Amino acid sequence: MKKILITITIAALTNGLIAGDWPGLRGPLGNGVSNEVGLPIALDVKKHVAWRIDLPGRGLSSPLVLGERVFVTASGGARQDQLQILCLNAADGSLIWQRQFWAMGSTMCHNKTSIAAPTPVTDGKLLYAIFSSNDLFCLDLDGNLRWLRGMTIDYPNARNSLGMASSLVLAGGVLVAQLENDSESFTAGLSRENGTNIWKLSRPKSANWTTATVQKTRTGSELVLLQSGKGIHAVNPENGDVIWHYSDGASTIPSSVLAGGVLYVPSHGVTALELADDGRSFKQKWRSSRLRPATASPLVHRERVYSLNNAGVLTCGDTDSGKRLWQLRLDGPYSGSPVVADNHLYVFNEEGKVQVVDLSVPEGRIAGEMELGEMILCSPAVSNGAIYVRSNERIWKIARKTQL
Amino acid sequence: MKTFGLHVAITALGLASFGQAVEDGFDNSVAVLRAVGGEGHGNAAAGSALQYLARGGVDTLPALLAAMDGANPFAVNYLRGAVEVIAGNALDKGGELPLVKLGEFLLNKTHDTKPRALAFELVRRADAEAAERLVPGLLGDPSVDLRREAVARLLVQAGGLAKAGNKSAAVLLSRQALDAARDLDQIQAVAGALRELDRKVNLTRHFGFLVDWQMAGPFHNKDRAGFASVFGPEKNGDLSATYDGMKGKVKWQPYSSGDEYGMVDFNKPYGDLKEVTGYAQTEFFSNTDRPAELRLGCKNAWKIWLNGELVFERDEYHRGTRIDQYKLSVQLIKGGNMILVKACQNEQVEDWTVQWQFQLRVCDPTGTAIHSATKKN
Repeated sequence: MKKILITITIAALTNGLIAGDWPGLRGPLGNGVSNEVGLPIALDVKKHVAWRIDLPGRGLSSPLVLGERVFVTASGGARQDQLQILCLNAADGSLIWQRQFWAMGSTMCHNKTSIAAPTPVTDGKLLYAIFSSNDLFCLDLDGNLRWLRGMTIDYPNARNSLGMASSLVLAGGVLVAQLENDSESFTAGLSRENGTNIWKLSRPKSANWTTATVQKTRTGSELVLLQSGKGIHAVNPENGDVIWHYSDGASTIPSSVLAGGVLYVPSHGVTALELADDGRSFKQKWRSSRLRPATASPLVHRERVYSLNNAGVLTCGDTDSGKRLWQLRLDGPYSGSPVVADNHLYVFNEEGKVQVVDLSVPEGRIAGEMELGEMILCSPAVSNGAIYVRSNERIWKIARKTQL
Repeated sequence: MKTFGLHVAITALGLASFGQAVEDGFDNSVAVLRAVGGEGHGNAAAGSALQYLARGGVDTLPALLAAMDGANPFAVNYLRGAVEVIAGNALDKGGELPLVKLGEFLLNKTHDTKPRALAFELVRRADAEAAERLVPGLLGDPSVDLRREAVARLLVQAGGLAKAGNKSAAVLLSRQALDAARDLDQIQAVAGALRELDRKVNLTRHFGFLVDWQMAGPFHNKDRAGFASVFGPEKNGDLSATYDGMKGKVKWQPYSSGDEYGMVDFNKPYGDLKEVTGYAQTEFFSNTDRPAELRLGCKNAWKIWLNGELVFERDEYHRGTRIDQYKLSVQLIKGGNMILVKACQNEQVEDWTVQWQFQLRVCDPTGTAIHSATKKN
């Protein structure tokens, strides 16, 4: 056990991340599960809003947390063409640096979403931020631009008039960018060092807002699991080769989640795919239409799968059988996906209300609630005893102030 | 004394060489950034060039802005990366920006619009009051961002005058604002204010929407195959031609849009059809050979040709539309310019998929309408 811990620590230090960091959408494993303990539960604005900072632009991308720094993207200007990347001090929310670039692609999107919809990703040394305009920037952690791409200039029909939203992922040493839409639809594997294409894979011609999942095989190699209306394509991130294809369709809004070697796909409700540990194949384990998620992605924790439907009902299922175990009515609707920490599920609805569900209780129990009073569409970040969430106007740090 | 003089000479020579080296380093780094192309070509070298430039002092800011003139969008953003770091570091440390030089850069309209707008932001960060004093002079600026500042101020002033009962002055100031406004939100705000003051506003003409067309259709779009199909109007646009359409012979027929925002609606002559394709053509007269932009809004799949050349095509259906959704750079020729639009309607049946339409205008890069030399457009 000790050896495993040492190995994990070394691996973490090697890639620049440390325990407690939240380096991309839904955390270090992209599954919304945090190892944090001691987060506030019975939430109270006066007690638990550690700080609240105004943002210079709109956005629904998730914040990232790296050590004592919080990174967040936004878009400003009359045409939403000012693409902003901010670095804040996690302790007090003060601005460490802000960078702004001109959008090179389309800044048209549905009024509800934003040009800063996709969540950035970091390897602990470099930050990669993409926007709905398909503009991609790589900066070091001090805000120095390393390279950029304007992918709508390169591929003029790679755009979506409703807005793009797929977040970046890192896999196999490659930065994976999904630019999937009705027209020039593709996913690209990019060099982390200079942003050039390593591969470019044609994808189904259909708007897609999901984010890829990354599977680590038993040999340590990684696979990118791309979700679309055509199902799941498992892709080798080093060359873009498709390894296998689950072809029974999947949602284009909520994303799959991987836990314990099983991929829980928003497909005909939820379909559980047991992935071979060599990454070469999959086997369908079960399917449940009763676990169908709406916009928020499902979450898996301690042999349970959770999903939120259009009515704001949290449904809990058994990961082994897919059997529905219980339901709990929450106050939806939700755009952001839930996170779980210390056996408590945190979810922010579109009206800015956060609810905390105690999952240790047999059928779940609402253990805390708090109103932030603004539309929240993002998935929160959890790091170092705090939850970070943002609206179009602000970003909050929620924590026990006594522990700061 | 002689030794001292020699030292001075050597030192001067050394400084001169150092200065030259710095200058060469700056120029070379700028050249590297300006050479960045599509698909990340040149990115590998750009990173270190940018780091070199970002180490420069605030005195290099005007030169960095000038380096954006004529550069491609990648290079412009790279250079902005250096500007952001230099300006940010200076202000964070309580330093100053070269206000006068930045202001002079801003006021020099021979520079490109983006660096001038950035210069304004730097002036504002350095001295907000100085920036505010410059705003009235930005009305009619080639930069839409800069003129927006001046229009916003006029809107506030006109609103104040109207509230104070000085209707005449409010109308005139609003007219001035409307003439300068290029952003939809400001145009609609000032148009609303003028109408509140009982004045007429012709937004169709302000935007320059093309409203007089000839239409031909419907042709099929079964299984969305019509987008790639080459129907008669693409082969022969003669207004007297007859084509084989979806329901028999098809001829061009005149269509005039009465919509304030110039919407050309195929559903009006043909009914609310599905899985169909329609064509519309118009002739736009230009007084000179000149560059221009075709600005299209369309939520159907579409193609557009100018003088027989395909300008762009896009096969997206019902994801939304807005004015100036697509900005297409073209070259107008002196005399008549034939514009042909193909719009495909798909099979979707939801309420929000009824529209089979487009809106099109011709304008310059600031969004200023270019009107056809003929009287109707």
